[in-house]
Amino acid sequence: MNRLPELTENSVREHYLGTLAGREHFIQGDEAAALGAILAGCDFFGGYPITPASEIAEVMARELPNVGGYYVQFEDELASISAVIGAAWAGARSMTATSGPGFSLMQENIGYACMTETPCVIVDVQRSGPSTGQATLPAQGDVMQARWGTHGDHEIIALAPSSAQECADLMIRCFDLAEEFRSPVIFLMDGEIGHLRERVVLPTPDSIECTPRRKGAPDSLVFGGEAVPPMVEFGDGGFVHVTGSTHKEDGMRDVQTQEVHDRLVRRLVSKIADARDRLAMVDIDSQDGASVGVLAYGATARPAQGAVLRARAEGHRVSFCRPVTIWPFPIRQIQRACDGLKRLLVPEMNLGHLSREIERHVSCEVVPISKIGGVIHSSSEIRAEIEEAVAKC
Amino acid sequence: MLKDLIDPEYMEALLAATQSAEGPEPAPSYGNRDPLAGLQLDDVQPREGPYHHRLLSYLRQETLPTTFCVGCGGGTVLNCFAQAVDEMAIDPRTIVCVTGIGCSSWIPSPYFKCDTLHTTHGRAIAFATGVKIMKPEMKVIIIAGDGDLAGIGGNHLIHAARRNLDMTVFLVNNFIYGMTGGQVSATTPIGTRTTTTPYANLEHAFKIADVVAAAGASYVARWTTYHVFQLMESMQTAIDKKGFSFVEIISQCPVSYGKMTGMSDPVDILSFIRDSSVALEDAQGVDEEELEGKFVVGKLVERKRSEFGEGLRRLNAERRAKLTEELGRGLRQDTSAMETGR
Repeated sequence: MNRLPELTENSVREHYLGTLAGREHFIQGDEAAALGAILAGCDFFGGYPITPASEIAEVMARELPNVGGYYVQFEDELASISAVIGAAWAGARSMTATSGPGFSLMQENIGYACMTETPCVIVDVQRSGPSTGQATLPAQGDVMQARWGTHGDHEIIALAPSSAQECADLMIRCFDLAEEFRSPVIFLMDGEIGHLRERVVLPTPDSIECTPRRKGAPDSLVFGGEAVPPMVEFGDGGFVHVTGSTHKEDGMRDVQTQEVHDRLVRRLVSKIADARDRLAMVDIDSQDGASVGVLAYGATARPAQGAVLRARAEGHRVSFCRPVTIWPFPIRQIQRACDGLKRLLVPEMNLGHLSREIERHVSCEVVPISKIGGVIHSSSEIRAEIEEAVAKC
Repeated sequence: MLKDLIDPEYMEALLAATQSAEGPEPAPSYGNRDPLAGLQLDDVQPREGPYHHRLLSYLRQETLPTTFCVGCGGGTVLNCFAQAVDEMAIDPRTIVCVTGIGCSSWIPSPYFKCDTLHTTHGRAIAFATGVKIMKPEMKVIIIAGDGDLAGIGGNHLIHAARRNLDMTVFLVNNFIYGMTGGQVSATTPIGTRTTTTPYANLEHAFKIADVVAAAGASYVARWTTYHVFQLMESMQTAIDKKGFSFVEIISQCPVSYGKMTGMSDPVDILSFIRDSSVALEDAQGVDEEELEGKFVVGKLVERKRSEFGEGLRRLNAERRAKLTEELGRGLRQDTSAMETGR
């Protein structure tokens, strides 16, 4: 190893990141997500311990001081998300990580982040609920909470990883989307993937193109004038007024004028809804002539894909589809994946969340394969369902 | 009637001064600094005209007049705050005011011209923590009410005092949820009638400044909207003080608090505040029962404790030094330490 030249603050950071990246790691999804965040340039983490997301906080507490960032453990999830939003307005790429109960507590301020167009990332490592439920066991019960958890009209971006590798890769994407759309982004992991330990190769820092924050001159309109307005942060001399109340383009409260609210909320919704196709990440593996398809996301995509491959090996024609972008729902891509199908099986670790959304958009029969209780579907279970569905067709 | 409200000692001194042989003493001057010096000339408000006040340049004038009810203490707090900032010659562009929900949160948001973060109910201090950690060079000041900071946000208040991050909290305590129409709050005195305790409040009130002092804040004081000069001075000390500083400002809400307590006249309620105030020195050794319903005013606590933000930055410097050394020696090629969590 050559002796390094002059080590500046930045070069220490770069070299340090270099030692993490480009190598094989055998780590949990939670750890991969945290390291992905570090590589994405995250420099503020506010959190509160909760199973199965605590490992993310632990890695962030360990790594953020190494890259000049700040980790703070707060008194609760309400404070965590609040500080994350405050830090974002003070220039940070900020995030928090939690699970169902904490995610519920954060909902009010996720709405605040939507309304104030604050870029930040919220990781929800889903666990079995409602309430404390099976605290240590996985589920996919927050799909609708991610979409509709906070009150009022809004659009949200949510991605779901299916492997530890994707935890790292998609985490970086989450930070970029947060900046690009000036919106909170939900990283919808689940306890199964969070605690799944497998091979991960972290991308090298020079291969990551971080979307920088688009900043405006101090007198810019921070809350309107274009679909995604530029930001003026605290300390920029812009006398920014950030409020969760209905506000005009300059940030000033106007809670009485119908047109002002209408204009603001419709823009907040359309800036994400209009980018639906651009945001869509869907893994489509269709088979010609298949009348049965399987759609799964997150952890369940793993046994589901296994079941499809086994069914195909036995001579059945079965299509497979795995949405990575959950919200905004990738309508066109899912419709394409369902083209020609008679039946779409949707294994989920809940009693039917995404299957309902799919039903609204496709013409084939949607069959939820629900499994709750903290145990993921086995590949054999899903294969049996495929066989039954094929037999009915 | 208003004359009754002026501190008799101050009145006496003032009269003595005006009647002295040398003629009246010049009125005290609170800084003639232009807070916007350095901005374009056009940005500076003209300093003449019948409606000009020299502190107007600290306000977002397009938002005036304020929405405060007649006789509200909010205007007094805003006035004192602007005076304090002016005297300290702080550039308002280096101030972030963080507020919650409620009338008192409207004092700086939107009226005070600085970066303002108007947050959700109770969370102002938590938002401010994120701001201050990322922007240690800025003054982070929280102004909110008793419902916001002592009620729904009480947990953040005590934890922030414990953490001792450098920030300043002005809790405007008017004993009531004013914006929602006068419901009982965590600081409403026992026995008081409010819209949700129509017979009497059966709960004990928080002595919120004492709570914060016990939680570990670096500076804690209690003043009232009657003691404007002491309040201003205290605000300055609080803003200057490194660490978590807290001033409880007993304030009047003649509309929502006064209507159920027979003090709808702002003067009545301000007189009540004056008469209920006991200087800290005079309260020493007095029975707790005797102090029931009184406001002990003065500096309750001033102490030196390590500040959280400095701790964070020191940690980062130490880690950087360690990594520099390790990288320089060609170590850190093996990431197994990372995987085992060391």
